[in-house]
Amino acid sequence: MSVGAPRGLASSGQKPITEILHPLSAADEPPLSPVPDVTVGGHNPSSGAADKDAGLTNGTPVETSSPASASSLFNRLQLDDEPDADAEAEADAHDPYASTETRDLFVTVDDPKKHVSTMETYITYRVSTKTTRIEFDLPEYSVRRRYQDFDWLRIKLEDSQPTHLIPPLPEKFVMKGVVDRFSEEFVETRMKALDKFLKRVADHPVLSFNPHLNAFLSAKDLNKRQGLALLTKVGESVKQVAGGYKLRARPAEFCAMGEYLDTFCQKLGTIDRIAQRILKEQTEYLTELREYGAVYSSWAGSEDELRRPLEGVAGSVSSCCGALEDLSENMSQDFLPVLREYVLYTDSMKNVLRKRDQSQAEYEGRLEAAVLRRQEDRTPVPVEVEKCQDKVECFNADLKADWERWQSNKRQDFKQLLTGMADKNIHYYEKCQAAWESLIALLQDKQTEDKTNETN
Amino acid sequence: MSGQVGTANPKLHEKKCVSSFSLLTCSVMFQMVEEGSTLLRRMEISVAEAEKRSGKNSVNMQETFTVYLIETRPMDAIAEGRNPAPDSLWRRYSEFELLRNYLLVTYPFIVVPPLPEKRAEFVWHKLSADNMDPDFVERRRVGLENFLLRVASHPILSNDKILYHFLTEVGGSLSFQSRTADSRLRALSATFRVRNPDKRFVDMKHYSDELQSHTSQLLRARARVADRLYGVYKVHGNYGRVFSEWSAIEKEMGDGLQSAGHHMDAYAASIDDILEEEEHYADQLKEYLFYAEALRAVCRKHELTQFELEMATQDLVSKKQQREELATGIVRTFSFKGMTNKLFGQEAPEQREARLKLLEELIAEGEESVKEKTAECEEHVEGGWVDMQRFKEQKDKDLREALINYAIMQISMCKKGIQVWSNAKECFLKM
Repeated sequence: MSVGAPRGLASSGQKPITEILHPLSAADEPPLSPVPDVTVGGHNPSSGAADKDAGLTNGTPVETSSPASASSLFNRLQLDDEPDADAEAEADAHDPYASTETRDLFVTVDDPKKHVSTMETYITYRVSTKTTRIEFDLPEYSVRRRYQDFDWLRIKLEDSQPTHLIPPLPEKFVMKGVVDRFSEEFVETRMKALDKFLKRVADHPVLSFNPHLNAFLSAKDLNKRQGLALLTKVGESVKQVAGGYKLRARPAEFCAMGEYLDTFCQKLGTIDRIAQRILKEQTEYLTELREYGAVYSSWAGSEDELRRPLEGVAGSVSSCCGALEDLSENMSQDFLPVLREYVLYTDSMKNVLRKRDQSQAEYEGRLEAAVLRRQEDRTPVPVEVEKCQDKVECFNADLKADWERWQSNKRQDFKQLLTGMADKNIHYYEKCQAAWESLIALLQDKQTEDKTNETN
Repeated sequence: MSGQVGTANPKLHEKKCVSSFSLLTCSVMFQMVEEGSTLLRRMEISVAEAEKRSGKNSVNMQETFTVYLIETRPMDAIAEGRNPAPDSLWRRYSEFELLRNYLLVTYPFIVVPPLPEKRAEFVWHKLSADNMDPDFVERRRVGLENFLLRVASHPILSNDKILYHFLTEVGGSLSFQSRTADSRLRALSATFRVRNPDKRFVDMKHYSDELQSHTSQLLRARARVADRLYGVYKVHGNYGRVFSEWSAIEKEMGDGLQSAGHHMDAYAASIDDILEEEEHYADQLKEYLFYAEALRAVCRKHELTQFELEMATQDLVSKKQQREELATGIVRTFSFKGMTNKLFGQEAPEQREARLKLLEELIAEGEESVKEKTAECEEHVEGGWVDMQRFKEQKDKDLREALINYAIMQISMCKKGIQVWSNAKECFLKM
């Protein structure tokens, strides 16, 4: 994100450099405290942008009277970015994470490894970071994280950035006992989803500056307890919103969003069911195809002249079976998980809409109460009500910005997903075609061979 | 295409284009015409049409059946450029059956070409098992034509008078043959043990069993595969619907989604033609499934003739032995006569003379019989072996062509698939 001003701002709130140890330093270093001292008083770290007039030194928390206005400034800047971001995305249709000059934080999740201890067995993934941001002390990091850690990060982000849409994680619990948590396929699928999650966060102009992300990416050892304590203050403010306020009228644009999300979710569900059904039919087709090929082989055994042609057919059928297996595997490993993840993403979005509604409801409720009181005893509208109003405006602005981003991402993601599906099908047919063409070549060779033998 | 060299009649030609490739390719047909096939050289034969008729059957009940139009034209007239109208007559399936049964009985050493199936078998769920179904009737028409062409191009069968009458004259000349045909056919299915069958025929019979088993297995497996493939394609049609619904709530993505949906619909629809074409392949396999039976019949006939020869030979041997005993008075083997003689005393010389004379007559008859049967057996073996070789060559060529055509069909299906998905991909890229 090419936003210049916010980059060095308090939102990232880095620890003083002296406190951060080099990840590659001696093994017996003390556990790092991952969360910098970011929250002071009512400072909302999600704003990311301090008041224009405040000093913007790295690591200095900035007291602002109205973080909302700073946030809206930030968002205005952010909105300016959007067209660029879109253009960027267009240019890199195949790899939205391939950078151009504006991106300065790259993250990757790979290299799954199994860890066995007396208490439990679990998988860790390598999280690699490359960055030029000054919020980070080093240009590169490589740490190992497990699912729990990602979950921790997500919760932290949700708590600390309640007005923003946090990308979803793959399902936490795998039940049924049918799914093997340690199978290659499961781990692979999960890893891709975690990678996606992290990339989306790193891509977000506000979330990517969140100190928890920083800690997640750079700390040798996540000390969760400490982080938990520090953030309860913020958590509280979010929880307060969940009071019993009823929303009067949701603005039209948010209604439209809600409706869109409902229909979209429905369509996703339908597509999921169709894809599953196709998989099922393909599996059954594969079973019959295998038996079919086997009959050709066994027939070949009782023939002499026809032996090679029949065996050839059996071979081509077998190649087609292999190609079909690949196609089905692709569908179940790449297509379906991404589809399902979008359902989760849609749910997250709906959640944010709900929170926004609640925040608006709270504001309206308090305002009404305050107006009533003022009518009675002329007390001025209290600060909390103003703060509520700010919060609502902030929420609305953040949400709109996130919505645009979400829509744009969705378009890219689905373009990629569906194009990928088309590609896989094309490859499947290409492989089958090659198998049959080679058979014809074989058979026609034999024919010309026979003809020359006849004439001789 | 069906054995004619230069079809002048456009209507006939059109019919051929639609159907004949399926059973006999051009090269095979030309071969048939050239290799000393007499009737087909002289005559252009086709089963041009099929029609429904109603009438009373043998038990005076109303029934509906299909008749087929057999058209013939003299080859020389066509070669000369004249375009005479064909002679034609209508015949129903049961008449074809009578003809074939006649051929089976009259030429037991020939592997007689089979008729298309009487009832639709190996159907997968979309195919109709109804005999009146137009697709079934059409494929049967093609099968009947194929039968006639094969028979008319056979070096021996094509010269048969009854065949000629079948093709050119209306009439019941076939009916009286049916009774003899039935009884001889029944004989072919009896079981008996043969001591010295020709090993080649034993092997061939074994092969015919294998051929029958493999082709029927293949047909069944293919039908199941067709069923499943149908399902895969049709489910994709659902994408068309959901993409269309989804496109309604999208702005920029809408057009791409909508168009892609149409391609998914096209994809789902394409399977119908694909599988219909594959039925032709199935028909080719079926022909050889039934051919296997015909081959088996030739081997069985050999067993029968050999058995009869062995029985006749054995009978002759025992009669000669009896004569010897009677003449010399020495009993070599146990016999009833010998025992009664011992018990009740020998018979009078006049009686003995009479019996001896009878025996001599029987022996003479027996020797004639053995000679006849030996000749019959040898003829059958000779003729049968030649025709079985002819059949083997034909089978190898036909099935190889069929497999190549099958591969071509598969390639065409793959190309269609690539086309549709490429189109869809373009739409997705425009999203």
